[in-house]
Amino acid sequence: MTAFASHYSYFVTVFLMIAGVYIVIARGNLVKKLVGLGIFQTSVYLLYIAPGKLIGGTAPIIADGFRTYSNPLPHVLILTAIVVGVATLALGLAIVVRIREAYGSIEEDEILAKDAEDEPRRAER
Amino acid sequence: MKRDLVLRVVGKLLIPFMLLFALYVQFHGDFGPGGGFQAGVIGAAAVIFYALIYGLPAARSLVPERIVESMVAAGVLIYASVGVAGILLGGNYLDYFVLSPDPAHGQERGIFWVEVGVAVTVSGVMLKIFYMFAGRGRDLDA
Amino acid sequence: MMVAALAIVLQRNLFSVVVLSGLYSFLMATVLVALDAVDVAMTEASVGAGVSTVLLLGALYLCGGEETKPLRRPPLPFLAAMVIGGLIVYGTLGLPAFSDPSAPIHTHVVPEYLEGAMEETGVPNVVTAVLASYRGYDTLGETTVVFTAGAGVIALLRRRRKNGDKR
Repeated sequence: MTAFASHYSYFVTVFLMIAGVYIVIARGNLVKKLVGLGIFQTSVYLLYIAPGKLIGGTAPIIADGFRTYSNPLPHVLILTAIVVGVATLALGLAIVVRIREAYGSIEEDEILAKDAEDEPRRAER
Repeated sequence: MKRDLVLRVVGKLLIPFMLLFALYVQFHGDFGPGGGFQAGVIGAAAVIFYALIYGLPAARSLVPERIVESMVAAGVLIYASVGVAGILLGGNYLDYFVLSPDPAHGQERGIFWVEVGVAVTVSGVMLKIFYMFAGRGRDLDA
Repeated sequence: MMVAALAIVLQRNLFSVVVLSGLYSFLMATVLVALDAVDVAMTEASVGAGVSTVLLLGALYLCGGEETKPLRRPPLPFLAAMVIGGLIVYGTLGLPAFSDPSAPIHTHVVPEYLEGAMEETGVPNVVTAVLASYRGYDTLGETTVVFTAGAGVIALLRRRRKNGDKR
């Protein structure tokens, strides 16, 4: 199908997106969930930048001898998105460290189990 | 790790070049790829590299916590004060063309200071986060 | 890159997950250079493969847990992921084809930026000009976000030195 050849970049993007989402919802370890979130974010970068590329164009730095440039606007947005992504990763990891010190584990099942067994004690206070 | 000869030698060779490269990326962001964020991250990476080889207390005495914390806030203040300078000179907030008699030169000045602000904040935050992660829990060994 | 992502999904050992994520970021930076996004590639390589890896290793050092445990593996998340993927693929078939010069992204506001950047700002790198001048407010907001993240990490991980209490 010609749709496959002209939309190939979108398929790669969706595959990475699904991999990221699957790690977040199906794996219990908190650090691995954060890595999965990072994969999801990078797939969104690809989603924005791939349509901006013009075959035969060049990087958007104006110089003599080049006529077509690839679109600079997605680059600007994604630059911001990358930095915000690492900021969220840092905050998420700080929270994971605190969770580890409070619960003793970073596995989601163990944390939920520990919360469930603390519930009756907290309820009767 | 500071007893490993290869790491020490490679570190001494690479760290000055990394800092120089960070400055290069910062100031040539107008003419090639680069700009504030990349320069800030590369500068922070140079100091983190030093901290990994020589230990956290050595890095803390090289770049003290006070300086890092003030870098975190100073960058945002530099950025915001470029905007206020635009107001004081007669334009709107963050107008660059009033910063100089020639509007294009005013833009260049504005962009320069804004990128400096961004680089200072980004490198301060990355370094501070590294200090917090590495210094927590087992802050006794070098 | 897809192979790297698949390997991260299937890997159990957290240290190799972190190393693979650094590898994945470098591959993403290479793909971005191939797509002419040189500024973004430099940022992704330095931030994704540099700082991100350092932060993840720092967190692993503090958390200590090396392996994820095998779960009961219910099929529901996998099916849900496949359904979502199918729907998104169906949606992207309506988007413009790769490298189509008449797509709205190329005709809307960008020609003014590309032509005006040199005379109005005197800066050849259009991405820097747009980032710092045309869309300067966004960059101010982003710098504030970075500052907030730093302040948040300080607030979360700071130790209060009380007498004998190490929390």
